[in-house]
Amino acid sequence: MSPWRERLRQLSRYPSAIAGMGMIAVLVAIAIYAVVAIPYGQALELWRGGEPWRLNPVNAGPVWVDRLFGGDMPRTIVVDSDEAEVEEERFDGGRMVRIPLEFDYESTGFPSGINLFVRSAFEESEPFVRMTWHRPDGEEIQLGGRAMSRQDRVSFSQDWTLERRLGEVAHVALFAVPDEQFERAQPGEYGLTLDAILFEEDAEIAAELVVYGRVHGIAGTDHQRRDLMVALLWGTPVALSFGLLAAVGTTITTLIIAAAGVWYGRWVDAVIQRLTEVNMILPLLPILVMVGTLYSTSIWLMLGVVIALGIFSAGIKMYRAMLLPMREAPYIEAARAYGAGNARIILRYMIPRILPVLIPTFVTLIPTFVFLEASLALLGLGDPVLPTWGKVLNDAQAQSALYHGFYYWVIAPAVLLMFTGLGFAMLGFALDRIFNPRLRAV
Amino acid sequence: MSESAFRPASAGTSGPLLSVRDLHTWFELRQWGFLRLGHVRAVDGVTFDLKRGESVAFVGESGCGKSSLARTLLGLHRPTSGEVVSEGRSLGTLSGSELKAYRAGVGYVQQDPYGALPPFMNVRRILAEPMIVHGIRSREEREARARQVLEEVRLSPADEILPKFPHMLSGGQQQRVVIARALLLEPSLLIADEPVSMLDASVRVEILNLLHSIQAKRNLTLAFITHDLSTVRHYANRIFVMYAGRIIEQAEVNDLLEHPQHPYTQALLAAIADPDADNAKHQRDVPAGEPPSLLNPPPACRFHPRCPHFMAGLCDEEDPPDFEPRRRHWSACWLHR
Repeated sequence: MSPWRERLRQLSRYPSAIAGMGMIAVLVAIAIYAVVAIPYGQALELWRGGEPWRLNPVNAGPVWVDRLFGGDMPRTIVVDSDEAEVEEERFDGGRMVRIPLEFDYESTGFPSGINLFVRSAFEESEPFVRMTWHRPDGEEIQLGGRAMSRQDRVSFSQDWTLERRLGEVAHVALFAVPDEQFERAQPGEYGLTLDAILFEEDAEIAAELVVYGRVHGIAGTDHQRRDLMVALLWGTPVALSFGLLAAVGTTITTLIIAAAGVWYGRWVDAVIQRLTEVNMILPLLPILVMVGTLYSTSIWLMLGVVIALGIFSAGIKMYRAMLLPMREAPYIEAARAYGAGNARIILRYMIPRILPVLIPTFVTLIPTFVFLEASLALLGLGDPVLPTWGKVLNDAQAQSALYHGFYYWVIAPAVLLMFTGLGFAMLGFALDRIFNPRLRAV
Repeated sequence: MSESAFRPASAGTSGPLLSVRDLHTWFELRQWGFLRLGHVRAVDGVTFDLKRGESVAFVGESGCGKSSLARTLLGLHRPTSGEVVSEGRSLGTLSGSELKAYRAGVGYVQQDPYGALPPFMNVRRILAEPMIVHGIRSREEREARARQVLEEVRLSPADEILPKFPHMLSGGQQQRVVIARALLLEPSLLIADEPVSMLDASVRVEILNLLHSIQAKRNLTLAFITHDLSTVRHYANRIFVMYAGRIIEQAEVNDLLEHPQHPYTQALLAAIADPDADNAKHQRDVPAGEPPSLLNPPPACRFHPRCPHFMAGLCDEEDPPDFEPRRRHWSACWLHR
């Protein structure tokens, strides 16, 4: 049995390794799902925010949390005029259209906002719409009337006149149980009737009433109505590939350079050692902050800088110490005797010898780069377009999420980061025991 | 081999396979990378010829420069001065690819068989490596040649040996793999540096016999380096005795063992433990002192500080030339003057 297969077999004896591999497998599955379900371009488009998210509430928590605590938070309700029973009445030079937008409200909690989106088609004269709110107890509240442009939005919650008139912000006042000082919402049949006057024969009008809830999806939403699920899902492939590429890039280059220094010796070694010593005192994070501030915060540029600064890292000292005794190994002398060249000796005879010791280090190195990316994002140097876990945390911090009690906003990306770290660490520590047998007795 | 076969021996050429002329291999000793402290004179003026198909032994104490000489012959060390001439060309003047071709013609068997095999490769890979280096691309050909040499070193069945890693083999098997690897490129010279000193006594003779039979069958030149004079008689035609980087005596094996001329050789032979009950009864005369420092060797005859026949004013002032006290038996000692 080859030593590698033997080691794999040993790995199955460590429950922590199995658990670690399971966690990594889950992450990889999420990453694959994310990439397949939301293509790269679409993910960027979604994360830019705006139009795609107009039906989402702002800062809504996850649905399952509400359910877990037996809460009664309202979901978002969308009522479209296409499903309403529209009544039409013609008059000379136009039409009168009555659109009753009716819905059933089941929660005793207040919604987080009300918006009415109106689309209309006309030549010159804008339609005029009068809005009437129907409460379950039969009372009607006049919400005023206004002319509507082709794509219009009525934000009742931001209507200060309305708020002054009702005594409380619209989405609370319109749902409150009467005479109860706006303490809880009244469940039941609500309705918004639009009486539209169209001044042209061919004019059309359609409307969409959105009563925003307070919970949304598995992950909730942020201050821009974006579903956090997009960022949490897409953050996985980004984090894994960043960590893996950075770890591979730094380990392989470092290893080859260390081996070349050991093999050629003399001034090559001296130059590599001095470069390493200089590089060891360069502070990585401030340099990254500088590059990010002055140049670009693209994640791939950051990756490049991380790898470039990682080439002459302290690892070279460690690998050099491991490789030095190998330089004089008889099998390398034999290889020279049968004519193997320098490159072959470095790549085929020196590096494979210390590869086993390196693999655990490599595995535990991956999450450190994932954390580095998150730290950069948290410092505001995250990639400007890509959704990542670090950027979610950065947004959360910028919006004082914890102060406002949006715990889900911080906890979800943090848990994913910890999950990643834990998975790789558990596998790495088990690998360390297998590849470095001296640790096994402990 | 496909490349412009520059090899130590191509069939049909007469003359020596390898000529070594006044070879010096010195290693510079430095402190802090630039202060020169002097040279270690590992090989210090060695001249000899290796004929085709002969088997020679280099004998001497540890530190006498035998292994450095071997490595210089392999092209692993650059000679400081003097030359190794093969096919009429000096090793020092060969280009990179010519040197590679030369190396294909010299097999190397090392002392420590386990160390000589990369522990992370299986036997199949170990045997494939030299062929890959020398441009044998066809996998089938590599496999066929590997099986053939394994058979030649009597490692069978090949199917069982090929996938094994060095640590799964016994010492004797490991050394057979090393020999197989040395034979793969069909060398005309095989250099064996103490090939059995790290092996169990029980397998030493097997390995020596194997080397001997391969040498006979392939008609290759075998240069083996040893400090064990007791086995030399059976496996070598000629002996070179080395001391402090120089060859001090050379002769046919029987002549040298029966009529040692140089005081050092005499002492060396006296030190061999014969399985003789009388040995317990008398103390042998072993020259006092230690082998000299190669950094600061004694002037003139290197052996003079330890020599029982030391002649003041001669041995410590003038280098002894090679005298021929017996026919085809040279010794560098002023006693033969």
